[in-house]
Amino acid sequence: MDLILDIATWVLLLAGSALLLITGLGLLRLPDLYTRIHAGGMADTLATFLIFVGLSLQSGFSLVSVKLLLVIVFIFFTSPTASYALAQASFVAGLKPKLDGFGDRDQTKEDA
Amino acid sequence: MKTISLFLVLMAVWLLLSGHYTPLITGFGVVSCLLSALIAYRMDVIDHEGHPIYLGPRIIFYWGWLVGEIFKANIDVAKCVLFPKKFLRPSMFTVVASQKSDLGRVIYANSITLTPGTVTVDLDDDKVMVHAMTTGSADGVKGGDMDRRVTKVMRET
Repeated sequence: MDLILDIATWVLLLAGSALLLITGLGLLRLPDLYTRIHAGGMADTLATFLIFVGLSLQSGFSLVSVKLLLVIVFIFFTSPTASYALAQASFVAGLKPKLDGFGDRDQTKEDA
Repeated sequence: MKTISLFLVLMAVWLLLSGHYTPLITGFGVVSCLLSALIAYRMDVIDHEGHPIYLGPRIIFYWGWLVGEIFKANIDVAKCVLFPKKFLRPSMFTVVASQKSDLGRVIYANSITLTPGTVTVDLDDDKVMVHAMTTGSADGVKGGDMDRRVTKVMRET
């Protein structure tokens, strides 16, 4: 039983860490601010979720796991506000999103 | 009525977070929760926005659905970061939020932002400007499934 729990924790933690790594990669290689916000959103949501669920598996069914789950809830409430503030500020400041940065032009013209 | 439910919520959070159950400490907890509830009552800040207890179990179900969506969207964005040439198709468009109340619109706009791949850039009355990363995530918002669900949670038609 302990072994299964440990394996589950490892899987969750590693998946969360891999997502954080992809987030960092995305922050570096994506073309403009708006798309980078999307990459940052991954660290805020699923990566945090996976890591904290993994940690709460380790702590067992106790007050500590309740606190960890509450941390997830609070992050899920506040992080979209921060992303929105960032996107809104740069939009108001007049930063235009790159809409045809990658890929073939025909497809992006439909979207824009 | 709302004051009592606020007190109960505060008390539950206090009991979950403290972990000290000696009579003295628990007494302090009860007194401080009572005081907070009374001050909030006197300040008249316990309205349907500040203490939306009436959303009840429906919002829990909505959160469950939202976590599922976040899972799918995260995988999309991760693919997009790893293979930008193949998946990255940024677009910007405006959708209409069908919610009547401010709280409903905020829940909708925040849900869009919380789902990676789509970010709310501007919220003006009922027009939500969204920046999406792939065609898939853009179609997800344009399809209006999330909009309908939020409206259902808010019991507005």
